[in-house]
Amino acid sequence: MTSYLIRRAVYGFFILVLVNLLTFALFFFVNSPDDMARAQLGAKRVTADAITKWKQERGYDKPLILNTNSSGAGVVTNTIFFDKSVKLFVFDFGRSDQGRDIGYDIGTRMWASLAIALPVFVVGLLVTVTFALLMTLFRATYVDFWGVVICVAMMSISSLFYIIGGQFVIGKLWSLVPISGYDEGFSAFKFLILPMVIGVLGGIGASTRWYRTIFLEEISKDYVRTARSKGLPELRVLFRHVLQNAMIPILTGVVVVIPTLFLGSLIMESFFSIPGLGSYTIDAIQSQDFAIVRAMVFLGSVLYITGLILTDISYTLADPRVRFE
Amino acid sequence: MIKPVMLWTDALVFLLLAVITFFVWTVYRHEHLAAPWRKVGHSASGMAALVVLSCFVLIGFLDTLHYRVSIPGKDGKTTYAVEVLSALDAMVGPLRTQKEKTYSAPLATHLFAKETLQGADGREIREFPRLRYGGAGLKDVRRDHVPDVLQRAALGLGAGLLLWMLPVAWVCRRVARRSKSGLRAAFLSIARRETQVPWHAILLAIGAVCIVASPMAALASQYHVFGTDKVGQDVLYLALKSIRPGLIIGTLTTLVMLPFALALGIMAGYFRGWVDDVIQYLYTTLHSIPGVLLIAAAVLMMQVYVENHGSLFPTTVERADFRLLFLCLILGVTSWTSLCRLLRGESLKLREMEYIQAAHAFGVSHARIMIRHILPNVMHIVLIAVVMDFSGLVLAEAVLSYIGIGVDPSMNSFGSMINSARLEMAREPMVWWSLAAAFSFMLVLVLAANLFGDAVRDALDPRVSTRKAVPAAPAKAAA
Repeated sequence: MTSYLIRRAVYGFFILVLVNLLTFALFFFVNSPDDMARAQLGAKRVTADAITKWKQERGYDKPLILNTNSSGAGVVTNTIFFDKSVKLFVFDFGRSDQGRDIGYDIGTRMWASLAIALPVFVVGLLVTVTFALLMTLFRATYVDFWGVVICVAMMSISSLFYIIGGQFVIGKLWSLVPISGYDEGFSAFKFLILPMVIGVLGGIGASTRWYRTIFLEEISKDYVRTARSKGLPELRVLFRHVLQNAMIPILTGVVVVIPTLFLGSLIMESFFSIPGLGSYTIDAIQSQDFAIVRAMVFLGSVLYITGLILTDISYTLADPRVRFE
Repeated sequence: MIKPVMLWTDALVFLLLAVITFFVWTVYRHEHLAAPWRKVGHSASGMAALVVLSCFVLIGFLDTLHYRVSIPGKDGKTTYAVEVLSALDAMVGPLRTQKEKTYSAPLATHLFAKETLQGADGREIREFPRLRYGGAGLKDVRRDHVPDVLQRAALGLGAGLLLWMLPVAWVCRRVARRSKSGLRAAFLSIARRETQVPWHAILLAIGAVCIVASPMAALASQYHVFGTDKVGQDVLYLALKSIRPGLIIGTLTTLVMLPFALALGIMAGYFRGWVDDVIQYLYTTLHSIPGVLLIAAAVLMMQVYVENHGSLFPTTVERADFRLLFLCLILGVTSWTSLCRLLRGESLKLREMEYIQAAHAFGVSHARIMIRHILPNVMHIVLIAVVMDFSGLVLAEAVLSYIGIGVDPSMNSFGSMINSARLEMAREPMVWWSLAAAFSFMLVLVLAANLFGDAVRDALDPRVSTRKAVPAAPAKAAA
């Protein structure tokens, strides 16, 4: 088990290396630092001095990969590649193009993202799994049929409409909660209700249907018939036996998401003006801050790979039969 | 005189049409390929969804036929206007040209906001100004507005119902001829849902389209059915124009990613060993980058590139088109990995089959085995993925355009409509019609795509078809 996990971690590291190389190529070969300076400073009437100054302030004035002017290790370390890409591996994100410390920003903003993403995730999971189990209970009846119809209709609605509609109905029409905003500590609660409700609602359609197919596949297996013939009530069969046996496919889709919850949701946070990493990324995209986008790409991959490893661990916890060689 | 214009995405659409035609022809000639598709044809919801989808596809296709209008020059030479129009623009004519000053509500005759006007006696009064085009033919606006709207709607409805009679009559005759019974018996068997092909669902879907579209068309000649937006453009026109980018992203993305996913997926599963390792490494890496972030990074870089190489894209249309194509490419890069994994798994299974071993024994080359023996047997996975991905991509377009990394701002799309609607919702009183138009068009399109996708999956996926009990066909099946 341990050696398997170590092997997975090493594999993850190599994936990160390729991610790093790809983003480096994307950000520095498609457009040279000069091009980016010109785009940032606006228009074509930029003097060469301004470009040099912009590059110098942000540390883009070094050679890309090999610095032939340096000596010793400096040939490799005194370059853009080392400064901007290799240092990501020790989570040294450097400064944004506006001059802010990205690492500090990420550290402070990820909690707001988590405060909204985690409840949406947990409540959403509970609600959808329950709905799916109930639909399985009423399988091949009108409840099941209309449940599927509603699910398909709900997953055909863009998430943007859930947010706009929810803000309008709950926030504006009924004035139950503030439409958007955020606060520190416990007073954040009233700001988080609306995004939470909308986040859960928006995810119901697709997930319920997905879990329903998983449960339907389980329900025709022999152990279910055995459980029923023992005289167990159907609800108990579903919520204990079927749910436990359907754990592997559920975990596959679920656990990998958990670490990426830190990244938050781009549109949710921008609609509700929550100062999390999602809105941070959106701001960076809109102000064309390449350094932040580069850092977020790397961070996202790290979290995803962590999620993959966690998924493997969760398999062994959920199903003692799973062994890794 | 007009001069046809072929944009990059147009060319790819025609390529896609060619591919589809070839595919349909192949399926038609082979009974074993046609059988699952016949099952799709027997799904009521699937066929109804297909009717609706084809309406959208038709609009999108008309919007793909681009041209430029000629302007007679002074010295006898003809020059062409810079503006690129499409067949759709030509067909809806007045919708495009009849621009109001600013917001106006659906079917309104006056602007949405009060303005200071000069009264008849020269004094300044605050009033809702009359629209330039909305209800322009009315003599007495107060008295005639509502009756006129109702009359036009009723006329449109009547025309729609009449129009609907045509396919109903045609189908009845066809069913009657096939079952060698009378027209009446044929109609009754359709109404009782006894035909094998779900004609009732198809005809109902056609009826719904007629009943909705026809009054809308009747009203659109005189009013703005969905109102006008901030700069006075007809919202219905904007919604119609938004269909093409949505469809393009939904289809071309799959078209551009398909060759990679197919080649790499099959090769990984077939060769195994280091080829498999390399390909897995590649797609795991791409998959581990969060999609939105990768798209954001790539689109940002593309923007910088376009800004610095402005000479490559002389017109705004070409620039917007390039951006759309690029978006398809990058969406393809982020979405081919899951299909590739599925194909690898299936190829791993297939390569152990006896007929592949037999092919080996006969000395068939690797390339030929992969193309002749494995590719046809994984096609169902590809088709299911293509159809199921479509709706998700249409939805993704809206979100990406909202974030600002979607289609070019100069191009109409559902995302940009929703984006502007966000500010309109905050106005008092609220401007709701752009959002309503985008919502209804998107919902219908995506819902139809989802239903059709489900029908295709049910028919093509061997796992689903064995699990589901097929209801016994009625004894009196007519068609």
